[in-house]
Order: sequence, then structure tokens, then C-alpha cells
Amino acid sequence: MKYIDEFRDGDKAQNLARAIAHDAAPGRDYYLMEFCGGHTHAIARYGLEDLLPKSVRMIHGPGCPVCVLPIGRIDAAIDLAQRPGVILCSYGDMLRVPGSGQKSLLKAKAEGADIRVVYSTLDAIQLAAQTPDKEIIFFAIGFETTTPPTAMAMRLAAQKGLKNFSVFCNHVLTPAAVRGLLASSDARLRLDGIIGPSHVSAVIGLKPYAEFSEDHHLPVVISGFEPLDVLLSVLMLMRQVNEGRAEIENEYARAVSHRGNEKAQQLMAEMFVLRDSFEWRGLGVVPNSALAIAPAYQDFDAEQRFAVQTQTVADNPACDCAEIVRGIKQPKDCKLFGKVCTPENPMGSCMVSSEGACAAYWSYGRFRA
Amino acid sequence: MAQLIDDVFAAALGNPYLDQKNDQAVIDLPEALSQKKGRLILSTDSFVISPLFFPGGDIGSLAVHGTVNDLAMSGGTPLYLTAGFILEEGFPLADLQKIVHSMAQAAEEAGVQIVTGDTKVVEKGKGDGLFINTAGVGVVPQTLSLSGDKLQVGDAVLINGTIGDHGISILSQRDALGFETEIKSDSSALNGLIADMIESAPDIHCLRDPTRGGVAATLNEVAQQSGVGIVLQEKALPLKSAVIGACELLGIDPLHSANEGKVLAFCPAAQAEALLACMRQHPLGQEAALIGHVIDDPHHFVQMETSFGGRRIVDWLVGEQLPRIC
Repeated sequence: MKYIDEFRDGDKAQNLARAIAHDAAPGRDYYLMEFCGGHTHAIARYGLEDLLPKSVRMIHGPGCPVCVLPIGRIDAAIDLAQRPGVILCSYGDMLRVPGSGQKSLLKAKAEGADIRVVYSTLDAIQLAAQTPDKEIIFFAIGFETTTPPTAMAMRLAAQKGLKNFSVFCNHVLTPAAVRGLLASSDARLRLDGIIGPSHVSAVIGLKPYAEFSEDHHLPVVISGFEPLDVLLSVLMLMRQVNEGRAEIENEYARAVSHRGNEKAQQLMAEMFVLRDSFEWRGLGVVPNSALAIAPAYQDFDAEQRFAVQTQTVADNPACDCAEIVRGIKQPKDCKLFGKVCTPENPMGSCMVSSEGACAAYWSYGRFRA
Repeated sequence: MAQLIDDVFAAALGNPYLDQKNDQAVIDLPEALSQKKGRLILSTDSFVISPLFFPGGDIGSLAVHGTVNDLAMSGGTPLYLTAGFILEEGFPLADLQKIVHSMAQAAEEAGVQIVTGDTKVVEKGKGDGLFINTAGVGVVPQTLSLSGDKLQVGDAVLINGTIGDHGISILSQRDALGFETEIKSDSSALNGLIADMIESAPDIHCLRDPTRGGVAATLNEVAQQSGVGIVLQEKALPLKSAVIGACELLGIDPLHSANEGKVLAFCPAAQAEALLACMRQHPLGQEAALIGHVIDDPHHFVQMETSFGGRRIVDWLVGEQLPRIC
């Protein structure tokens, strides 16, 4: 397939692997965090660890939107779905995530709640137009990549005068998550560089990462999601580390520009406001890390319309998801991994989404264990 | 009801057994059975698909192909089918006629007869339009005993053509997705192809049709049954570029996508070339390929050498295939 096969070329991968091995300085380790679950998935699916020297340690970051959503917000979504006259629309991989008491949207659906998987916010808008006697709530989650489509949906709903459409907004911000990670100053987290998510940067550009290179002297490379993209980004980060540089570099120049998508940024600025704080699974409460719907659009805010209350719910104490999304532990360090916690019976969110570190390790790489 | 049966079912499916209009079909024992040269094969399957019509077939043809193929995977010859229909009140008669006609055509092409049947109607809202169950009988020679627990280390793994077409074709027709594609379901009866395969490679250890859960689920099943591992070569997998494209877009794996006209064959490596050549001679096997090998593995993993140069697990699909967020 054009524009895909080129970035999965095995021969080029071997060349990059040789260059990485050549540039690896003897006697030192490189701790590189891939922020995004999409990269974690690519690393596991293509077996990239087999192509990297042992001194390159890939650390899996908090960039899986399913994994960082706290149990309280999942419970709130289940509660919304179970209200009479409501149809809850959700992206597919939220359905299996366990909330309190292992209850998930999928279980709520089996009990009779009307929950629909949508591919696009536009599907939810269409459903709202077709079923005026039902309340259509879109369960909005994700980083800056999925935020503009939510904004577009609200704008369309306003244009069409849809009174039965609202959004349960859980959009979160990438730079704030990195900031939260660095602020946690956990001595166990070693970090020499960050592989940044390219689809996020297609929206926000490169500039929001400047604080990490300037204040924390951390190199950042914005990377595409194909396996060659990831390998090249590892090489670019190593070279920055070796040369003592800390810059924001763009590996994914075929889609990401320095300034990002300014139209999308404007749309987001118009329709959302920054929350003072938001709870993240793993990171805890992070200031200025999530978006709420702007007062001018509060008619579309499900939290207001349905008076949603969110409780903080503690994770299963044996589950290490919190430390895994902070990059402190690897999936295999968790006592539950592969024993009581599998994709069929996930205990924590990292095992649910295929982008979660545990699911990626289990589904693609468990022969290495 | 009697009129419905006459108008729709008897008109399309009529044969001497069905035309007797008894509660059962009475059939002479096939010669192989009466002379104890063969054994009876029995299988049943229920079809509850949505949508009922899809590019390349409908629930009627699928209900015939599904059971014919399950019988044929024994290496034997499917002979007779039964058909049970559960209709939701108000189901359009024209659709039913179309479906029954396509069953008749599929049965004729597969060389089997639908000899007895049953129809029930449930209240509106208690069914999803139409459910069909088919059961079938056939005969397999005494000399053959194919089974999922007979894989041997070193066996070659072959498939008769492109992977995942049916699942993607069905997905493309669902309301919520409705993407345009030329991908047709591969739904077809494999008994003719399998008869040829058995003749060319009599030592085939196992045949399986990778339907629900796709090639990945079937390979994991037989690896566990036989207590072996399997390694696939990604480069060797026959895939339509449109299927690859749809899977990329939807974030799903073609190895998890259902097939309805595919057979996975496991045979001694020494017979693999002959078997492959034989498969490619048949219209349903033109794109047949040798896709992997059976290995010794105490974990019974199915793994794949990726074209990228790495190795990964090919896992069971957990639950429904759910699309990823971003």
C-alpha cells in the first residue's frame, strides 16, 4: 500500500538498526520515552525491540487515552448510559474498560443500556438528527488529536439546532501530561529524551514542547507511527543526547508543520476552556491538563445537562497500571500481568486498549518473556 | 404457514425428499456406509448475521456454504442438509424468496440437497429479521481421519486464497461504517476443492475453515489441540490490497477477519508442493499459498515473522473487533 509499505521496509530497518548500534555510546544507557500508545503498539507489533541495542531502553508513557481515564469518569459514563431515554455513543476501545466493580460499558450494554460504537463524531450527530426523542451523548475522550472532531460536532449540532445532542467531555492535553510526569520527580523515572506523538503535533505543532527542551534540557523528536519512523526517531534522539543537544526535532515532516493546524487550534480555543485540574489514572490530579466545554456552548455539555458527579475511585491495589503509565515499571513487573490480568479479563486499563503497554506486550510480545 | 411453505420453500428447494411433505426425510444408506467403507459425518451451524445481504452472497448462500464446508473439512463428501428458519414477524416476503432462492442455488452448486426443514415465526422485536440453522450429513472414507490434534512439527500450513475478505465485506455494509469498497465476500462451498486436495495429498493431517475469529483464531485452536507452535511468514500471506487498506483505516488485523470460502491445510512438508499445485488448479484455489510451518513450542504460540524483520505473536481476537480511537 502506497505511503505505508515504504515505512515498513525491512531492509531500511536493518540499515537504521546498524546506524543506531553504531551511534550507541559504549558504557551508557539511553532512556527514551515514547509518550503515545500508538508508538507502544508499533514497537510491540513490529518487534522493534529486537532491532535495538540493549542500551536503548524504551519507556512507555501515558499517551493512551483509554489508559489514563480514571475509573470515576468511566463510572460516570456508565451512569449516563443507563439513564432512561439516553443513547451513549463511544469510540470502540472504551467499551471494555472496567470501571468500579469490573463493570464496563459493554456489561452495561448487555444489561440493556443503549450504547453505540461510532467511528466519528459525525455518526453521533447523524443519530441525534434521526432520533429526536432520545438524548444522544457523545463520550468524548482523547488528546488533541480527537478534540477538533468533538468541537466540529458541537458546531454542527448548533448549526442544525439539535437540542438532543451533548458531549461528555474528557479531552486531555499532551504537554500537560509530560509536565505532570516531570513534576512528579520520582527518582525511579530516568529520562534522556521523548518520542512525541505526531498526530497530536499535526494539530498543536512543535512549539508547546519548547519548555521541555529549554527548562528540562530534554530532547524531543516528533515521530510518525510507522516502524521506520520510530527507529529513525530513536536515532535522532540518540544523536541529540550524544551531542549534548536538547531540541525539538520533527521526524514526521510529511504531515507535521512547525505551527500545526491553526484552524483546529482556533476551533478548540473557541469551544473549550482549560480545567483547573483533572484526575489522570496513574498521574493523579494534574493542573491545567484537560478541557471542559466553554460557557458559550454549555447547552452541549452533558456534565451540566445531566448534573454528572464524578467520584475518585482507587485502583485495584495489586495493579501496577499507575506506575506503568508513569514509565516507572514495565508490564512484566506487574504481579497480575498475564496471570489474572489478560485482554480477556483486564484488571487495569493498560490491558484493555490495544495501545496500552500491557495489552501490546501481551498480544504481540509475550514469547519474549 | 402451509401456503408459505409451498410458495416459498417447496417452489425453490423442491426435491423428491422434500416433496414427500413428511416430518422427516427418509434416505437410503449411501453405499460406502452400508458396506462399512465410510463413516457418517454430521454438522450443524446457525446463522445470525447482519446485514442479511452483502456483496458476494446473503444469509441463504452462507447457511449452505457454512455447513457444507464444516462437513467437507473432514475430507469427506457432504450429501444432505436440513434447514430451520426463524422469521421475525413482518419480515418481507420478497427478501425471504430471494434468500431461499440463493440457498437453492448454493445447494445445487455444492451438489447437496436440502431434504427437510422447519419454519417458526417470532413476534416483532424478538428476532433480528431472520435466523437460519442448517445441519448436514455426509460420508467420509474409513481411511481418512483428519483432526485438529494431528499437526506434526514440520508440517506446512497452506491456505487456498486471500485472507479476511468476508469480514471486511460485511463491515463495509454496516450502517455506521458504510465505506465504499469493491471487496466481495469469499463465501463459497469448498467440497469440490477439498476432494481434489485429498486426492493429491492423502496424508493431510488437518483441514479447517477459518471463519469467525479469522485465520488467527483457527491457528491458535489447532496449535493448542495439537500441542505445537506455528510460525507464519507475513510476506507469504495472500491479501487483497483493498482488504489491507480497509484494515489500516479501521485499525483491525486481517488475520482476525472472518472468511467463508477459505480452508487452512496442514500437511507433511514433503507433500506441500504437490498440494499447493493442486489447489492452484482449482478455481477456488488460484491464489493458494504456503504461509507457514508447524514448530515445536511448549507455549503453543502462533507467531509471525513480519516483513519488517521482527517477530510477533498472532493472538486470538478478544471479544468483538473494536475499532481503535486514534
